[in-house]
Amino acid sequence: MTEPAPLIDLAGIGKTYGSGTVALAGVDATIREGGFVSLVGPSGCGKSTLLRIVAGLIAPDKGGLSWPASGTRPSDIGFVFQDATLMPWARVAENVWLPLKLKGIAKEEAMPRVREALARVGLSDFADAFPRELSGGMKMRVSIARALVTEPPVLLMDEPFAALDEFTREKLDDDLIALWQDQRFTTVFVTHSIYESVYLSERVLVMGARPGRILADIAIDAPFPRGRAFRESQAYVETCAKVSAALREGAAI
Amino acid sequence: MNSRFARILVPLLVGIAFLALWEGLVRASGVKPFVLPAPTVIAGSLIQNFGSLMASLWVTFRVTLAAFLLAVVGGVGLAIVFSQNRLIETALFPYAVALQVTPVVSIAPLIIIWVGYDRVEIAVLILAWIVAFFPILSNTTLGLRSADHNLRDLFRLYGASRRQVLTELQLPSALPYILAGMKISGGLALIGAVVAEFVAGSGAATGLAWRIVEAGNRLDIPRMFAALFLLSTLGICIFFALTLLERRLLRHWHESAVRREV
Repeated sequence: MTEPAPLIDLAGIGKTYGSGTVALAGVDATIREGGFVSLVGPSGCGKSTLLRIVAGLIAPDKGGLSWPASGTRPSDIGFVFQDATLMPWARVAENVWLPLKLKGIAKEEAMPRVREALARVGLSDFADAFPRELSGGMKMRVSIARALVTEPPVLLMDEPFAALDEFTREKLDDDLIALWQDQRFTTVFVTHSIYESVYLSERVLVMGARPGRILADIAIDAPFPRGRAFRESQAYVETCAKVSAALREGAAI
Repeated sequence: MNSRFARILVPLLVGIAFLALWEGLVRASGVKPFVLPAPTVIAGSLIQNFGSLMASLWVTFRVTLAAFLLAVVGGVGLAIVFSQNRLIETALFPYAVALQVTPVVSIAPLIIIWVGYDRVEIAVLILAWIVAFFPILSNTTLGLRSADHNLRDLFRLYGASRRQVLTELQLPSALPYILAGMKISGGLALIGAVVAEFVAGSGAATGLAWRIVEAGNRLDIPRMFAALFLLSTLGICIFFALTLLERRLLRHWHESAVRREV
């Protein structure tokens, strides 16, 4: 099997905040097209900072980021925050329309795509609802629909399911994998849950704090979709132990 | 007990009980009407002077409404300018504060002289506007800054223009703040109009405040109370109209206006 082409190349990325906190000290990584990569680590390891650098929301002060395949950062990048981050004054469909609206696409023209995005996350019946009428899991689905409505080549997720209960979270994990398999966007998924990172990803980048850096790069070969069988398998338990050991080693230094 | 029913009925009963007590005490004690008139006497005066009082009410209402609307336009407009340009905000905000903290009574004579006694209604309008303007400015300024940071990032990620950030994100985020400011300003515009009329004084002004001064000079206390009653009623109506507007605009999304199922 040939490896997919590199999509994002991170070379010696460093970021120090004004307060003197070193958020990232020389991060090197290559993220390949269509991959599902998780960044896992304790709070303060700079995983969210790294994600925001990839999104272009923060500029690194050292090193560089390149997009070997496209040359420049794609104009469509999906981003999902820890909170659903919806506009409370707008209906669900209007929230999903937002990325298209900001690009100047009129409502009538955008609506078929909005409806399709909502259908993909199973919320076709809630297009006219207001965010406050939805549960936490449903709001997160709207957020994912909004991120995917532009059919972006890259989806960045910053601890998206951290605030949800475990049942909702497992369901959303499976639904996310299904969407990813179907659409094949490259996903970078930040989480502080070892289990979630192992369950979801093809590859886990383990990060350590003070200063933020990559401690280990662990590949997970299990086929998709993974489901309950994988969650209960020996391979899953062993991989989780491996990630956990890498995190402990990082903390001990 | 139905809560909505109770919200109207309970204050109403308190009001009726209060008026009955007032009437009873005045009659029993034989207090003179020029010290404290009974509610029935006030009502009589209201009916007797209905024409002139209504004309004055209309004058006060008109000037209050105009001052309030100009305060909304000016306050929101200036806050938008502030949000787009930090330098202008830094340069002008202290003066907006100075205008606000200077008691309106103390600048009223000056404004009235400048505008001229023959155009006193414009002077009253300006003074009412000065009082009503600041709460809208400060609330809108705060509201425009209070937009969710992640949403701001999202707008940036999708390459939104400043104008789009303003109209699609900042103004909707600021709406609850603007409406809260409007509720304060509505009352203040009325207060400003009344104070300005008091200062303008004899003959020049024709609003309700002038009716109070006039009735006071003639020791026509029942008429004074009748004018006072109309003034309070106007204030209450302004407040409830703005509360209604607030509920209308925010009912779908803002915690303050959402009716919860208990």
